Amino acid sequence: MSSLADLWTIVWVSAGAVFFLAGTVGLLRFPDSLTRLHALTKADNLGLGLVAIGLLSQSGSVLAGAKLVFVWLLVMISSACVGQLIAEHMRRRGNRAP
Amino acid sequence: MTSLLAIGLIGLLLGLAVAVIFMRNSFGAICAFIAYGLLLTLAWLQLRGVDVALTEAAIGGGLTGALLIGAASRLRASPAVTQPGRTTMALAALAGAGVTAVLALCVLAFPDPAPTLAPEVAANIAVTGVGNAITAVLLAFRSMDTLLEAIVLLLALIGAWSLGPDTSWPGRPGMRQSAPPNGILAYLARLLPPIGVVVAAYIFWNGADEPGGKFQGATILAAMWLLTIAAGLFDVPRVGSRLLRAALVAGPLTFIAVGTFGITSAGAFLGLPEAIAKPLIIVVELALLPSLTLILALLIPGPPQRATTG
Repeated sequence: MSSLADLWTIVWVSAGAVFFLAGTVGLLRFPDSLTRLHALTKADNLGLGLVAIGLLSQSGSVLAGAKLVFVWLLVMISSACVGQLIAEHMRRRGNRAP
Repeated sequence: MTSLLAIGLIGLLLGLAVAVIFMRNSFGAICAFIAYGLLLTLAWLQLRGVDVALTEAAIGGGLTGALLIGAASRLRASPAVTQPGRTTMALAALAGAGVTAVLALCVLAFPDPAPTLAPEVAANIAVTGVGNAITAVLLAFRSMDTLLEAIVLLLALIGAWSLGPDTSWPGRPGMRQSAPPNGILAYLARLLPPIGVVVAAYIFWNGADEPGGKFQGATILAAMWLLTIAAGLFDVPRVGSRLLRAALVAGPLTFIAVGTFGITSAGAFLGLPEAIAKPLIIVVELALLPSLTLILALLIPGPPQRATTG
């Protein structure tokens, strides 16, 4: 049973790590701020979500699992809002490279 | 596996520390410093110092980062000071290296096992009625340190306020924030505070038996209040407001009152009579929470900059 839970964790967390890696590569390689922002928010939302799903099988209790999901939701809210704020700032400045 | 993680963490910490020192642009250096604070939080977690980790995340990464960003944006507005000369740089590097060397020697010179008062704390913790050893030390065994800490923060705020020009005294600190009322910041400032208040209350109350306490709770409350101020939903109170000043000193004064009560009831200043130790600790914590919240939050906008008309 525990090996099944471990397998679940390995698969989902690895998938999450791929998104974080892709997001970081995008952050370093994309040409301007808006596309870099796009890469970063994808990594935050999806990558962290996949990692949280992967850790659900290790959390032990429903309450701990619910806390994990809640943390993911909070990070999604903040990263979505901060992404909007930065993009708005970029648009007002005329989308120049920093 | 764990040691591999620890080595990776140490490498990252050292790399970020070097980046903070050598980065030319101050905003980048501050970002590196904030990341350094968050990684330091992970390091404290690995050492099982959860209380310290929470404080590092709240104060070291969050509040100090916000203060530094404010300082950097103020510096950008003023003309650049002349670059430090070679001798100054060399002296600074030498002094820094000297402090590091002395610290390293001190840590390495610890006898093994290190001298500790932990067994005595563990033996006497039941007297306080508090389950978390950190809280017991902060509010019962070494409460003088905590009292002075609160007073130092108050002095820091008075120091920041006294930097304001005479014309704006006793006005409101910082600039009037005007975010669009239906914008994303206003949305966040309406959505997040209810959640933040619950989390802060939980961390505060949990501090009796598990990691947490008034400092971490107060930082979260301060952040929520600042968020509503940044979104223009509330304005910062005037520094001349009697209500604000009363709230600022209420915490330390209650602490001193409880300490004075200790002279008659327990035979020493800040002494706690055994029978009501736990209720007195709760009173002090409850009184300090709002004062600390106000002090920590008001450090960010800094000195008064607007006349009282607003």
